[in-house]
Amino acid sequence: MAASAKGDFFDSSRAAVQDHELQRKLESASTRHLDHFAIVKEEFPSYEDEKTAAHRIKTDAIAHLDELLIQLTDKLQDSGCKVFFAEDAAEARKYIVDLVKSKGAQHVVKGKSMTTEEIELNPALAAAGIDPVETDLGEYIVQLRGEGPSHIITPAIHLSKEDIGQLFTDKFGTEYTAEPEKLTAEARERLRAIFLAADFGITGVNFAIAETGTLVVVENEGNGRLSSSMPETFVAVMGIEKVIPRLEDLSHFLEILARTATGQKLTTYTSFITGPRREGELDGPAEMHVVILDNGRSAMLADPVLREALNCIRCGACLNVCPIYRRIGGHAYKSVYPGPIGSIVSPNLFGSAAGYLPFASTLCGACKDICPVKIDIPRILLHLRWKETEGEHPLKWPAALERARSGARRFAGIARHPRTARLLGKIAAQMLKPFAHNGYLRWMPPPFGNWTKYRNFPRPHPQKRRPAPAENQAP
Amino acid sequence: MNEVQLFSTCLAEEFFPEVNDAVATVLERLRVKVIPVRRAFCCGQVAFNEGLREEAVALARRFLKSVEPSKPIVVPSGSCTSMLKIFYSDLLVNEPALAEKAAAIRPWIFEFSQFLVNVLKVKYVGARYERAVAYHPSCHLMRELGVRNEPMTLLSAVSGIKLCELRDREECCGFGGMFSVKFAHISAAMLEDKMARIKESGAEVVVANDCGCLMQIGGGLSRAGAEIETRHLAEVLAAR
Repeated sequence: MAASAKGDFFDSSRAAVQDHELQRKLESASTRHLDHFAIVKEEFPSYEDEKTAAHRIKTDAIAHLDELLIQLTDKLQDSGCKVFFAEDAAEARKYIVDLVKSKGAQHVVKGKSMTTEEIELNPALAAAGIDPVETDLGEYIVQLRGEGPSHIITPAIHLSKEDIGQLFTDKFGTEYTAEPEKLTAEARERLRAIFLAADFGITGVNFAIAETGTLVVVENEGNGRLSSSMPETFVAVMGIEKVIPRLEDLSHFLEILARTATGQKLTTYTSFITGPRREGELDGPAEMHVVILDNGRSAMLADPVLREALNCIRCGACLNVCPIYRRIGGHAYKSVYPGPIGSIVSPNLFGSAAGYLPFASTLCGACKDICPVKIDIPRILLHLRWKETEGEHPLKWPAALERARSGARRFAGIARHPRTARLLGKIAAQMLKPFAHNGYLRWMPPPFGNWTKYRNFPRPHPQKRRPAPAENQAP
Repeated sequence: MNEVQLFSTCLAEEFFPEVNDAVATVLERLRVKVIPVRRAFCCGQVAFNEGLREEAVALARRFLKSVEPSKPIVVPSGSCTSMLKIFYSDLLVNEPALAEKAAAIRPWIFEFSQFLVNVLKVKYVGARYERAVAYHPSCHLMRELGVRNEPMTLLSAVSGIKLCELRDREECCGFGGMFSVKFAHISAAMLEDKMARIKESGAEVVVANDCGCLMQIGGGLSRAGAEIETRHLAEVLAAR
């Protein structure tokens, strides 16, 4: 099952970079999304305006979160929902597990929800003797494999159709096929039966509209709609940051979310859920609960730089463009939320086990460029690096890396004295000169040993050589 | 604009002094007097990116003391320029006096290609370079400074040059400062793909505007035994 943040990022990422098959799968899926995104963005001239509007609304909503949550709660209760504020994952888990037990529910279905991954709901339900079924196709697949999702939007992005074909053969004893249509039909048939029997549904929430008490669930397969409307009891789980003020604000988000996430103009299903079934209505749950989760978010809210991370609408685009995510995949992060956004939220939600993640970035900024709500991810990564370094319990780095860090600290100390720095630079250049070939060194002592494991190191040669030699013809 | 301050950056001083020579040569040919900033060595980016704020502040203090206000400061590196121009305001958030100074010089700081194209308004600098060149845009240059077209504008005007199309050119080379040492395995995986793209481009020379990228790509090509060389944009523009 998905671990919130444990295990060793160094080991997992080291194994992942060797997995060229994984990289090929990630490359093909994320390129497909990005290519579609480029097309739908081109067709939609007001995309940048919508981004600006979405950013403004989200920033404003986060700044007035307390008022909006009160308003939302009132409206939800008015429409007959039971609202529970969970301070942390454990509280949220307990509430839901207790509810499932008290209802005597036998068949729990789940629509796609990263927040329920975050609180590790499935293992908690399993421990209580209840086996929830993930009904989003990707989630269904990873659940069958006993894994967590490796991407926020496309949970099974690390698998090929052949992998899935093999999985179905192993699990269901069906004839092997790698045809997506057949595999989807197989899953659909199985899931349909599960939906019909379901007596308890759980989904996440994409947007919660304070003005009307409406929860909006955006998805492509109908799993969110069925999970929220068919069972007698329905629980929606949302982070406190999902609230937006008005119904009219929603359009700005719907315009950008599907476009950046998968390159669609709009998702296939956009469900508006306002309370449980009312008298005279034919469908919808008899009872509806809304679990509103803090789990570290209000601490992020208190930090003026980190606060911006709460703007995130979980579109997953930053994962698709991230050169690191594309090399190591989601599981290597050892955190429910992988990729650039994961690296800024995980340390706050899951604590110091995820503390290395903000450092595992070149700060290339591709994430910031694509982010539909303009989160300056590199800036937040830098902020977290300071916080980590200056915090009460600084990270414990592996010894070689701790040496590299103190090397950087020493360098900074020397660089304050330019003359000394230049003199030392000359001495180093003299010492290393005999070992250089064609301007490069094949081996360097620590802290550069990690560098020369993979590439050569340029020979230091700080002497002036003016006038600049003009080189023109090819050698 | 007849006088500029040239901030060499630590990487260029130690590993690529020819870059500073080339920057000075190009500027002087354009009748700009170049005054090297000798009293500062490093902008503090390495420390800053490592979360070592105190150390970075000390280097920023040093830098801000070493430059003259109201005179352009040219920097041959996209990432050092963004450190000075953009990240100093975050770094110096608790140092109001220094922050004020940083804000005052901010409009005077320019990355080399930015200065040539946007300030001096030149495209053709009289360069001749008869080689096949692929241009790798550095991340901070593009995404922090928004310098996307300037280097290509300059390169296109070089006589005799053959510009090669570099596929996925906007993807990071994997350097990332200390990242390249601490997460060397990921950095190397990124570099491998960048090198594959460079090789398929048919280029003899890879050009970038950041010594960090040049160190990474050059070191990788050298290890792989590739014939392809790395050059800073200024070196190409200084060639005749």
